[in-house]
Amino acid sequence: MKKPTIAISWNSSCGGCDESIIDIEERILDIAQKVEFVFWPCAMDFKYSDIKNLPDADIAVSLINGAIQNSDQERTVKLLREKSKIIVAFGSCACFGGIPSLANLTTSAKIFVQSFFKSPTVHNEEDIVPLSECTEGHYSLTLPEIHKTVSTLDMVIEVDYYLPGCPPTAKMVAGVIERILDGDLPEKGNVLAPEKVLCASCNRNATKPDNIKINEIKRIHEVIADPELCFLAQGILCLGPATRDGCDYPCIKGNMPCTGCMGPVTGADQGAKMIGTLGGILCAENEKETESLLSSLVDPAGAFYRYSTGASLLGRKREEG
Amino acid sequence: MSPDFKPRIIAFLCNWCSYEGADRAGGQKLPYSATVKLIRVMCSGRVDPQFIFDAFRKGADGVMVLGCHPGDCHYRNGNMNAMRRMVLIKKMLKTFGIHPDRVKLDWVAASESRRFQQVVNDMADRILKLGPLSLKGCVKEVVEL
Repeated sequence: MKKPTIAISWNSSCGGCDESIIDIEERILDIAQKVEFVFWPCAMDFKYSDIKNLPDADIAVSLINGAIQNSDQERTVKLLREKSKIIVAFGSCACFGGIPSLANLTTSAKIFVQSFFKSPTVHNEEDIVPLSECTEGHYSLTLPEIHKTVSTLDMVIEVDYYLPGCPPTAKMVAGVIERILDGDLPEKGNVLAPEKVLCASCNRNATKPDNIKINEIKRIHEVIADPELCFLAQGILCLGPATRDGCDYPCIKGNMPCTGCMGPVTGADQGAKMIGTLGGILCAENEKETESLLSSLVDPAGAFYRYSTGASLLGRKREEG
Repeated sequence: MSPDFKPRIIAFLCNWCSYEGADRAGGQKLPYSATVKLIRVMCSGRVDPQFIFDAFRKGADGVMVLGCHPGDCHYRNGNMNAMRRMVLIKKMLKTFGIHPDRVKLDWVAASESRRFQQVVNDMADRILKLGPLSLKGCVKEVVEL
């Protein structure tokens, strides 16, 4: 009998998601015996044409990580959608845009200027900017075109399952691959992680006061955090109340607050939920007091939507003011 | 701005003060802008910031939250939660390039029908000047190259 086939692909991502697949250690050998890899640019040598030559819906499952930011990524994922039975948006970039989608808070023109002229490590005397098409002698050369907006995977193709995390932990990855192989999957469209927020299972839950009240928003590098007490109760910004559970809170165990990498629970907007939380716990009785208390929160969008700007209800930056 | 721009403004009104105020304005037949659509909630503190973002996403050009005056909240401090959230919401909207005047928090007591008329009409004028937001579909339309 033919083994089921797996494709793993990356888009705008850091490679950490592929790394977390390797991190399942010797279990990957068991998996490799049960399946056949047909595409994995990060780890093995396959070509685009290898996928193109497959019959439609031939690949059992495609794990796609990274946000979609250029025309080449769009082309690859559209092809994988045609050729796969199941598509899993793997990691927070594919699920909600992730870190690359912070680019939506500026414009691609500004990013080009920063990357090719202003960045301190760039030396570009001839003012060269990459074009999507140019002619060199008899040859016409092309590069993928940058999209104006960084998109989540499900804005470009239909996604069957979501596995958030930056990256998803090795435990989550191994669990999901085994579930897929056993055919033990929920209805399509589901997120393969618990439907509750991190605070629900946080090991500091017991130390959370009934009513958190904070007089100051502290940044983690400015203080020595108490290793037992709820971060929000210490005045340290923690995204637990707006973030999905399922990661086994490695950051909290390392005495670092949650930065929200698991994204919001289904239907929630991470930034809006965090504003809701903070509004309820700040000690300020008028707008002036609130503003001065929030002065240490320099970039609320970057802090609350760090991993989910691409999925924000507010869309991308506009030019209004 | 196109001359036939009809703003769409969503106003969340608390059950105990502001909705009563709006009701009284209706009873007194005080005219106010028809661009403002009222939604009754139990408290201004019940207005999850997501309701506001969602309203923008679904085509609103402006969103108002009206609650009891400070100190008068039926639930003691729900309106103060709304006030603190609104400061953060404005900060967030600015980062996304949305004018902070597109949201407005104000206080209207049950007896203040004229004040209700005033704040609603002021908001309608402000949004008319700002023009349409049309956030709806702003992410998707760029993807379809």
